[in-house]
Amino acid sequence: MATLKIINLEKKFNQTEVLKGINLEINDGDFLVLLGPSGCGKSTLLNTIAGLESSNKGEILIDSQNVNNLEPSERDIAFVFQSYALYPAMNVEENIVFGLKQRKISKENIEQSLDKIADLLKIKELLKRKPAQLSGGQRQRVAMGRALVRDPKIFLFDEPLSNLDAKLRIEMRREIKKLHQNFKTTMVYVTHDQTEAMSLGTKIAIMNDGKIEQFDTPHNIYDKPNTTFVADFVGSPSMNFISGRIEKNDNDIVFLSNDAKKEEGININNLNIKIPSSGQVIFGIRPEHLFLKKEHALRVTKDTNFVEIEVKPELYEYVGHEQIITFNYLGQEILGKFSSSAEIEINKIMKLFIDMNSVSIFDSDTKIRI
Amino acid sequence: MLNKKNLSRLFLFLILGLFVIYYITPLYVMIVTSLKTMNEIRDGNLFSFPNAINFEAWKIAWSGRGEGTSDTYLKPYFFNSLKITIPALLISTLLGALNGYALTKWKFKGANLIFLLFLFGTFIPYQAILLPMARTLGFLGISNSPIGLILVHTVYGLGFTTLFFRNYYVSISDEIIKAAKVDGAGFFKIFFTILLPVSLPIIVVTIIFQFTQIWNDFLFGVTFSFGEHAPLQVALNNMVLTSASVKYYNVDMAAAIMAGLPTLIIYILAGNYFIKGLTAGSVKG
Amino acid sequence: MYWLKKNLPKIVVAPSFAVLLWFVYGFIGWTFYVSLTKSKLLPNYEFWGIDQYIRLWNMPRWHIAVENLFIFTTLFIILCIFIGVILSIFLDQKIRSEGFLKTIYLYPMALSFIVTGTAWKWILNPTMGIEKFVNQLGFESFQFDWLVTPGMSIYTIVIAGVWQSSGFIMAIFLAGLRSIDDEVVKAAKVDGASTFSIYFKIVLPMMRPVFMSAIVILVHLSIKSYDLVIALTAGGPGISSDMPAVFMTKMAFGRSEIGLASASAIMMFATVSAIIVPYLYSELRREQDAK
Repeated sequence: MATLKIINLEKKFNQTEVLKGINLEINDGDFLVLLGPSGCGKSTLLNTIAGLESSNKGEILIDSQNVNNLEPSERDIAFVFQSYALYPAMNVEENIVFGLKQRKISKENIEQSLDKIADLLKIKELLKRKPAQLSGGQRQRVAMGRALVRDPKIFLFDEPLSNLDAKLRIEMRREIKKLHQNFKTTMVYVTHDQTEAMSLGTKIAIMNDGKIEQFDTPHNIYDKPNTTFVADFVGSPSMNFISGRIEKNDNDIVFLSNDAKKEEGININNLNIKIPSSGQVIFGIRPEHLFLKKEHALRVTKDTNFVEIEVKPELYEYVGHEQIITFNYLGQEILGKFSSSAEIEINKIMKLFIDMNSVSIFDSDTKIRI
Repeated sequence: MLNKKNLSRLFLFLILGLFVIYYITPLYVMIVTSLKTMNEIRDGNLFSFPNAINFEAWKIAWSGRGEGTSDTYLKPYFFNSLKITIPALLISTLLGALNGYALTKWKFKGANLIFLLFLFGTFIPYQAILLPMARTLGFLGISNSPIGLILVHTVYGLGFTTLFFRNYYVSISDEIIKAAKVDGAGFFKIFFTILLPVSLPIIVVTIIFQFTQIWNDFLFGVTFSFGEHAPLQVALNNMVLTSASVKYYNVDMAAAIMAGLPTLIIYILAGNYFIKGLTAGSVKG
Repeated sequence: MYWLKKNLPKIVVAPSFAVLLWFVYGFIGWTFYVSLTKSKLLPNYEFWGIDQYIRLWNMPRWHIAVENLFIFTTLFIILCIFIGVILSIFLDQKIRSEGFLKTIYLYPMALSFIVTGTAWKWILNPTMGIEKFVNQLGFESFQFDWLVTPGMSIYTIVIAGVWQSSGFIMAIFLAGLRSIDDEVVKAAKVDGASTFSIYFKIVLPMMRPVFMSAIVILVHLSIKSYDLVIALTAGGPGISSDMPAVFMTKMAFGRSEIGLASASAIMMFATVSAIIVPYLYSELRREQDAK
């Protein structure tokens, strides 16, 4: 269990900047998820924390101690790899205790730790088998065992579930969450899957192109995304973006979508927005925050902070437990998510209710939340 | 900074450097010796530098000492080797490509067995076929001629060329071929318009491999030819082996360098492909 | 016409296959048959039984050849693999001049055995080669006449052979090292293993297939050794560095004993097959399993 602080970390591969000034701080017992698309630098960041990659500038502090010049094995960390990276020529038992042997831990201690971990992860029967004889899920557990047995300050995970099939992935995700609850160890976890990130993390750092776009709790990232990138990355289907402008109509501040006429504005007084100089903004609302009936909206918003708009449904996708409808709103496309029992007629103009508490407004140029 | 990392780096370069010396020394010795006069050789030692760069030995090695002498010199045999190597490598490469293509993209019964037989054929010791081949060449009347050696090298090169192309084509997607078949293209059309354009890497590898094998051959050359029809390596060996009264080491070395130069140049220019050619058959099996 | 189109692939392969069957398997069959006859200068197709083999194994010269083959092969394999592994590990350490070094270590393979033999014959020359060099350095009593010493001439072939082929072994080991999953090495680093431990306890054990390939190739090269022996020692002095390949040729074309020569050729073939066939079988099994 330890704290982790990263100060102004920079890293270059040949001439390409891969990490452009990373700043992070997490507490003892936090579960930090590094989330982002391929190439954003999240794996590089993880490897740098581990000491498997060097950095060009900046500091990494584990428990307030600067570890920049320490080898991976000296940083008291454990690493679970995407491909599990089990030693093929050794059996499961040898794989798990290899690290302990390198540290010259006594034989009894090694046996004790091994027993405990084998019980916990239910891999006792597998101890004498070789990795090639194990299934994907079993290999995953052995990889975790190898990490757990070290009792490190920080656990590092590099997309450990990506190689598993969907069902197994959800099962293992739950196992990892349970582990975190039981051991309360500090964990840093890399993934590109936003559902995984949201369900596992206590803190999420969304990365893009070597920088952190937002470092916050899952709730805040979902409810109050800092940039359109974050808003778009998290949530499925992703947030609707309506381009338009903000105007002052006497005492009202109104959002007008691009092709809207003056009367077709949305009143955004309640949002307390500072109008940007260009006035061009992006109005963001998630599909699940659009309602078909006033009563639904009332129930959710608990007050009357909702707005009515007119739309034309154009496409519908049935996904089993829900349906996703594509609407035409004043020439722009927005998606809504509703229960599959709702009946919606295509091409018939209808009303939708927007939960104004869940609206995000972004500056059109900077893409940053206002 | 003399820490552990730098010390081990130093050790690394030391060992690597020692091995560079080990591998370079014979080449160095050959070059240096070939540029000395016999006096310099007698007085000096293996590694001593020539007093002046003297290409006399090279001239003698290439075109002899002039009329009246019965020494071997390389020029005619160099061209013999050329006459033998180029046709043999072209034919064996073309056939190997067609074979590899037919065996991998047109599944017919026995294709795998046929390939296995080719593969096994590349491992046989040639001693097991020397005698019958000698008789056959005699029977066909091409015993001591370039045609005979072209035949021999083509026949025994087929296994390798087929192996190379087969392994290469195995990893090319079958779907492209299927699409072409659906479009109505036939066997040769697919080969020439779809496969061949993407075969450049393996063609280069195969040609380099075959050239080296045939150019460097001695066994077939010495068994199936003699005298003026012999290929280069045989001539080189004859030159060096002459039990004449005086051994002209500088000429020997010059001759050796000249005999090795073509393959060496190819290796320096296309080394990567060369290595790929050698490892292609072996690491995959 | 349709028949032609349908069977075109087979027709294309047919000539090569026919050539293979005739010139490889057919010829081996002929050689095998002749080894069972009394043939001397010309083939005598009367079946004689295995007496040529008995003659063969009763000849001291053949025993010397086989013994030499054994000595040569063992040393050849051990040294080539040892050097190959060391060099490949060293080259795997992310060195800038890697390409240059690889070129130097591998160029001997581009040379013919005759060129190699000629060069080393000069270097190992008893009076003018290494011996003279060391003498001139001041060590007057240094002798290096292995080339002309009956018991030692075989070792000169080892020296030249290793020089020629060890670079190639390095190349295939390097390729093998490079194909190892990077993450396993990282895991070992996290576990605290030293570079030495990583190579010897984890990486090399993973390279069993490469070791197998290397050994097979080296054995194969060794059995075929003819060019190198001829160029370096011509089998001498006398017959002290004789090898089966040289023996066969001498018997066939020098002594007009083609029955005996055939027997020796078949012995060589049998030995190669005994190693290659199981190897190919296991390789193909692996390919099938991987599918």
